Amino acid sequence: MADVMTLRKVRAGTSASRRRTAAGFAPKIRRNLSAHGFLIGAVLCFTFFSWYPIVREVIMSFQKAVFGGGYAWAGFTNYVRIFHDPTFWQAWRNTGEFTVLALVIGYAVPFCVAILLNELRHASGYLRILVYLPVMLPPASALLLFAYFYNPQYGLFDEILRALHLPTSQWVFQPGTGFVSTAMVSVVIASTWMNMGGATLIYLAALQNIPGELYEAAELDGAGLFGRIRHITIPQTKLILLMLLLLQVVATMQMFVESFVLTNGGGGVADNTQSVVMLIYQYAFALSGASNYNSASALGVVLMLVLAVFSGGFLWATKDRG
Amino acid sequence: MAGLAGVGARVGGRKQVTKATTRTLISSAQLNRRSGKIGYRVILTVVIVVFTLVFIGPMYFLFTDGLKSTSEAIATPPTLYPHHLHPGTYRAAFDRMDVARLLWNTLYYAFGALAFQLVFDVAAAYSLSKLRPVLGSVIFFLMLATLMIPTTVLVVPQYVTVANLPILHVNLIGTPEAIWLPSVANAFNIFLLKRFFDSIPEDYIDAARIDGATGLTILRRVVLPISRPIIGVVSIFGLVAVWKDFLWPLLVEYGYSPTRESLNVGIWQASATTPQNLIIAASAMAAIPTIVFFLIFQRNIMAGLTAGGIRG
Repeated sequence: MADVMTLRKVRAGTSASRRRTAAGFAPKIRRNLSAHGFLIGAVLCFTFFSWYPIVREVIMSFQKAVFGGGYAWAGFTNYVRIFHDPTFWQAWRNTGEFTVLALVIGYAVPFCVAILLNELRHASGYLRILVYLPVMLPPASALLLFAYFYNPQYGLFDEILRALHLPTSQWVFQPGTGFVSTAMVSVVIASTWMNMGGATLIYLAALQNIPGELYEAAELDGAGLFGRIRHITIPQTKLILLMLLLLQVVATMQMFVESFVLTNGGGGVADNTQSVVMLIYQYAFALSGASNYNSASALGVVLMLVLAVFSGGFLWATKDRG
Repeated sequence: MAGLAGVGARVGGRKQVTKATTRTLISSAQLNRRSGKIGYRVILTVVIVVFTLVFIGPMYFLFTDGLKSTSEAIATPPTLYPHHLHPGTYRAAFDRMDVARLLWNTLYYAFGALAFQLVFDVAAAYSLSKLRPVLGSVIFFLMLATLMIPTTVLVVPQYVTVANLPILHVNLIGTPEAIWLPSVANAFNIFLLKRFFDSIPEDYIDAARIDGATGLTILRRVVLPISRPIIGVVSIFGLVAVWKDFLWPLLVEYGYSPTRESLNVGIWQASATTPQNLIIAASAMAAIPTIVFFLIFQRNIMAGLTAGGIRG
């Protein structure tokens, strides 16, 4: 078998070299043409819908629309304008609040759930399906359902609070912008319910790859339950934990649909659930008459920079630990 | 089916360890003690009850609240089950929001996008992996680099570009291509497919080439049959992504008559002016296809999730 293989390779080699000397570069060019033919569809789509828009976003952020069509250079005007918009700072504050709350609730919960599910020897298939089911729902379905639950007049959640003799709440329409505002917590609860399944299953897969001997050894050394979680479970899943932390922060900083559907496109009371991506949308498409792609692009560039700095810094800070 | 489920081990390169052979946080010895057994039973019951309440509970209301009359749906206090069944609510919601058309639009967008992705992304990944053209690695790097740019950040320039494609000067707003073509620019698909194609031994390709097969035949006869698992993963996530997308269809397919909206956007748009019970009924109808799809393909979806790694 091995002989045949080498023979084939030798033969292929000699024929290739003969061809090269005889016909020059023609076959090579032909082969490259066909290879590029296979690539062209994807490359065109990337060019039009990914690479060009990235460049164009930066260009547009430094331009302004000219009366009668076309664009002119505007320097930093767009940036100055959005920095002077109070809604800009409000949106960043809200997005930060959402990200922090989503980390506190949405990051710890899936990991704890995964640890719990990994210990159970029964019904694990059923529980996994349960946790992942909401991820499959169309977001509008899930969020309109939550908007119904949150309704202060006839919603289910206030009824539960009343049954428990607790003060009721306006939920997403609770005014006020304290750092842990009720409105934003409501958005985070809905978002976590919708999205936690993916992270849970990924953690679960990671937990199943921890060798059992490690727990055995830790137990012999006298480590209790929490000692084992701290010294075995967490270090063993650190890579996945860090990776999902990064991805989750990048994803939550782009929060849009949750707040948009829950507050019916409004951004909450006095914009207290307005997010940065929602503001991009409003700058570009929603503010009547003054739809301004250039300010929206400038805001997009700012968000892109913030996320890039965060991701870069995160990867740099964790590079020895991963 | 079995092959697709096995993709976890093949693509991820991770070892699948069955639970029966590995001990976890708590040892079997501890569980088999009398106190351990009781504790385990209690915890198991609590977990099953709580999880069912938390995850199935809202779905229960999603499906039953649509059976209430409008006045019962907004009654204070809310009723836990429909006291008077009104199955006509579903019918009314179906007609009023034109759910049939919304559903058809969504299916059309999802499967069209899938077809474009499979043709262009598979061809590109095959070329990058096996044909290795000049500058191929540069192109691959540029594609992967787009993973660093969050998608929602680019909506404005993407919208402006789709409204007037450079060079061609075509306006795609309101056409299905506005959803189909951008979905091809998915670096994650290319990455997954290329990584799988890379694992196909070069000898297979050489053997086919010696038999006289050329690029397309090799792709069709050699590469594709082996790659069925990864193509399954890419297809499932491609369909789900279009089905769940909200912002992009809101921008490019909004406000036409007859409607071109997807289910997501259509129901949201109607929600401001429609009675509560009809909205819930429509939301339930929008959820049914994805729930059925999930229950059929749940093994493949969950395997693909851990195999394909993570996408935000």
